Amino acid sequence: MNPTTPPPVLESAPGYRINALTGAATGTSRELSAPLSAEITAALSASPSGEIAVRSVDVNIPLLEKNDILAERNRGYFLGRGLAALNLVSSPGAGKTTLLERTLDEFGRQTKCAVLVGDLETDNDGRRLSRPHAPVAQITTGTVCHLDAGMIARAAQSINLDGVRVLFIENVGNLVCPASFDLGEQVRVVLLSTTEGEDKPLKYPPIFKSAHLVLLTKVDVADVLGFKRDVAVENIRRIAPQARIIQLSARTGEGLAEWYSFLDGISGRV
Amino acid sequence: MESALDAIRQQAAKHAATRVSRIVLRVGALVGVDQEALRFAYEAMAPGSIAAGAVLEIESVPARAHCVACNEDFAADRGFIFQCPKCRDFSADIRTGRELGIARLEFP
Repeated sequence: MNPTTPPPVLESAPGYRINALTGAATGTSRELSAPLSAEITAALSASPSGEIAVRSVDVNIPLLEKNDILAERNRGYFLGRGLAALNLVSSPGAGKTTLLERTLDEFGRQTKCAVLVGDLETDNDGRRLSRPHAPVAQITTGTVCHLDAGMIARAAQSINLDGVRVLFIENVGNLVCPASFDLGEQVRVVLLSTTEGEDKPLKYPPIFKSAHLVLLTKVDVADVLGFKRDVAVENIRRIAPQARIIQLSARTGEGLAEWYSFLDGISGRV
Repeated sequence: MESALDAIRQQAAKHAATRVSRIVLRVGALVGVDQEALRFAYEAMAPGSIAAGAVLEIESVPARAHCVACNEDFAADRGFIFQCPKCRDFSADIRTGRELGIARLEFP
């Protein structure tokens, strides 16, 4: 690593706000390490040929957008701290916050968790999730329809992550744009609720394609709604054969043991 | 395109060139980069830069996925469902189509 490499400059006046509701960081904010940007700089400056100037050069330089570079930094930072980061994405109202509330109350009692939650406006979700034992920061994006890696870098520095093993990032409710923004998470979780159609994965494939885990939520009301679970599962499998699928209900508790054991698995792996 | 021009500038300095005559970009079918938009951005940004007057060549890389059961790659060009044409099994193992970068540069 080149110690002279400056860390990427975050926007000086971002259009979003971060409000640390519980467990706010005290003292100076931690500097993120910058191994990747150093690597990228080194890769860019490495000469692929000898000393003789050549007219045609095979360079093979990957082009990374600013978000990808910041996301890789976040990933390194999270791994370095030994915490598993999950990016939860879904349509608005699929049950992300309700699931996280119960998860913090149950799983979060044994394993220290933190939450970064994004919405266009209001601190409502941050307040709902706020618990003495779990640091929570609300990111209010204004008009932005997704979270990006820069917001996560800032928000992660706004709370005290000491002892935290699992970091939940509750994305803005949107099944389109969040698919294109890597936040540096280890696991991307896509929620599909039974109040939506079984064909959602077919209609919004990119986000499902990128999922490591798909949670089929609100399964307690599936029958009432005439929602065919097997059809939904088959549709998920067609788009995302790599994804693990857990069917659950945050209200009745069905499937939550499986979700918690998944969280145990990833927090133990980091 | 901005990051591409930065990288080109660095490469040019490395090869003691003051301008570049040809830029070959490699763009995979799955990266969601529209070639028309890429050319438009290039034409807007190239004048006055190191790339002024250079020929922009875009090399498309088709999407291919791997079928574990058949141990073969197949063209993944029918939307987002990657299904093996032989055994009809679904695949998430993408082998090509995610490339995005500068493949080659020519200095005069």
